[in-house]
Amino acid sequence: MSTTSAPARRLTRKQRRRVSLGLQYALLVVLVLAFAFLADWGTLKENFGNTDLAREMFPDVITTAMVNTVKYTVFGFLLGLLLGLVLALMRLSQIRAYRALAGLYIEVFRGLPALIIFIFIGYGVPFAFPGWQIPGGLTGQVTLALGLVSGAYMAETVRAGLQAVPKGQTEAARSLGMSSTRAMVSIVIPQAFRIIIPPLTNELVLLLKDSSLVYVLGMTLEQQDLTKYGREITQANFNSTPLLVAGLCYLVLTVPLSYLARRLEARQAKAR
Amino acid sequence: MTATSMAKATATGGRPPVIAICDVHKSFGENQVLKGIDLEVQAGEVVCVIGPSGSGKSTLLRCVNLLEQPTSGTVHVEGIEVTDPDVDIDAVRRRIGMVFQQFNLFPHLTVMDNLTIAQRRVLGRKKDEAERIARRNLERVGLADRGDAYPAKLSGGQQQRVAIARSLSMDPDLMLFDEPTSALDPELVGDVLAVMRGLAAEGMTMLVVTHEMSFAREVASRVVFMDGGVVVEDGHPDQVIGNPQHARTRTFLSRVLDPAAASLGEVPGAPAGSAGSAGSMQGEVAPQVGFERGPGLP
Repeated sequence: MSTTSAPARRLTRKQRRRVSLGLQYALLVVLVLAFAFLADWGTLKENFGNTDLAREMFPDVITTAMVNTVKYTVFGFLLGLLLGLVLALMRLSQIRAYRALAGLYIEVFRGLPALIIFIFIGYGVPFAFPGWQIPGGLTGQVTLALGLVSGAYMAETVRAGLQAVPKGQTEAARSLGMSSTRAMVSIVIPQAFRIIIPPLTNELVLLLKDSSLVYVLGMTLEQQDLTKYGREITQANFNSTPLLVAGLCYLVLTVPLSYLARRLEARQAKAR
Repeated sequence: MTATSMAKATATGGRPPVIAICDVHKSFGENQVLKGIDLEVQAGEVVCVIGPSGSGKSTLLRCVNLLEQPTSGTVHVEGIEVTDPDVDIDAVRRRIGMVFQQFNLFPHLTVMDNLTIAQRRVLGRKKDEAERIARRNLERVGLADRGDAYPAKLSGGQQQRVAIARSLSMDPDLMLFDEPTSALDPELVGDVLAVMRGLAAEGMTMLVVTHEMSFAREVASRVVFMDGGVVVEDGHPDQVIGNPQHARTRTFLSRVLDPAAASLGEVPGAPAGSAGSAGSMQGEVAPQVGFERGPGLP
């Protein structure tokens, strides 16, 4: 008995865990070393880390490209939020036609690629309505495209927020003699927005990235966003460094926003 | 019962009752909650509605300011038929204060803003005036110093007193209370009842759904016992609580007033029909264990 169980007992559970971890670390070291030896560091450095080229991008990459990206995103977000609120209220309406219309809009715009909307705004609309232009020029076009898309997503978020406000809040407001509109505006909507700030922040991050789709709409130098700007310089110099810089600029914006969203979410979870 | 209240109504003479509920039915789908309720409340009366949970007390109260639409029957408040679809219900609700079991303060507003928002948005009062009235009412409920606090910073008892002050700030002609102390820790109940006692003493017309038998006995001008969607008994508290005429009232009161005895007595030979609900009933009335005045029941 003791002889047969001896080999199985040689490794305790703790020892087995150590062996497993050791193997995993070894694999990691091998992969890193292989990459370090096999990679052509000179070419990589030249292609991604061209400091001269990177330096040349400043300050334009911030003062023009990043500012444009933020501008397009914020305008699109505001329009989307407004549209989302209207759609959410329609979804909760007593009138079936409103509910159906909002539902249809949300399904359609959530189901389509954002790129299609951009192309439609850029080319479809001018063909369909010759002689009429979307006001605001390029900014107007981007705002509309981003707003139409994000409105569909935000509608569902806002609706969930409105429904998360306890029914007793409306009852208390109505008992004080407020009309249903007044109760909605003064009592329900402010509370709903508090609830949905974290998901809205996440939506803002998504929108920031989607704003790069502006590239399908022709634009002048001063109108270029981060993606377009980085791509132009990359193509002109046959070098990836500008794209890397543009990418880092996105991260400078998105990482803090995502962090903020997580913090707000955690704080809300604690407040419950 | 109903006959006595009718006699009373005519006895008070010319003025119409503040609340007149006439043959009100209310169903939620298949579930018939109110099965023909008649009830009148005169100006200055404090009417306490008691009864087992699920008897329709809260639904009845909510029919008065139309938070629930009765399936049939009429409700008049100060002579205005609130069940008439053409009536401006917002205008009627301004005159009816309502206090909820769960307080329902607005959590995104300070105590002061909770008290002023409806004054300003509904009554169109100026900020100064609204705040002056709000301060007076906060003082009345003993919370003059908490105007800047958010509701979440207050205890349940304080929140409920703020909710009462919020209703009072609209200068209501009558107040509805829907189990105002049922969500409170036992030691906080007293402060809220004290405020309500004060209101009653000032002559406020009150319709109160409650499980606080001592409050009902001491403060109410009338006690209404409801069970199964009907008014079983309606009369002076000494009569309804002290000397109930109906078996259902007696059964209910014996459980509420002395849960321990009720559970002990149940083992040898309790009536078969009531045994099933006894368990849940006791949990509900646990806060009343410290009832002081012996009701002198058999």
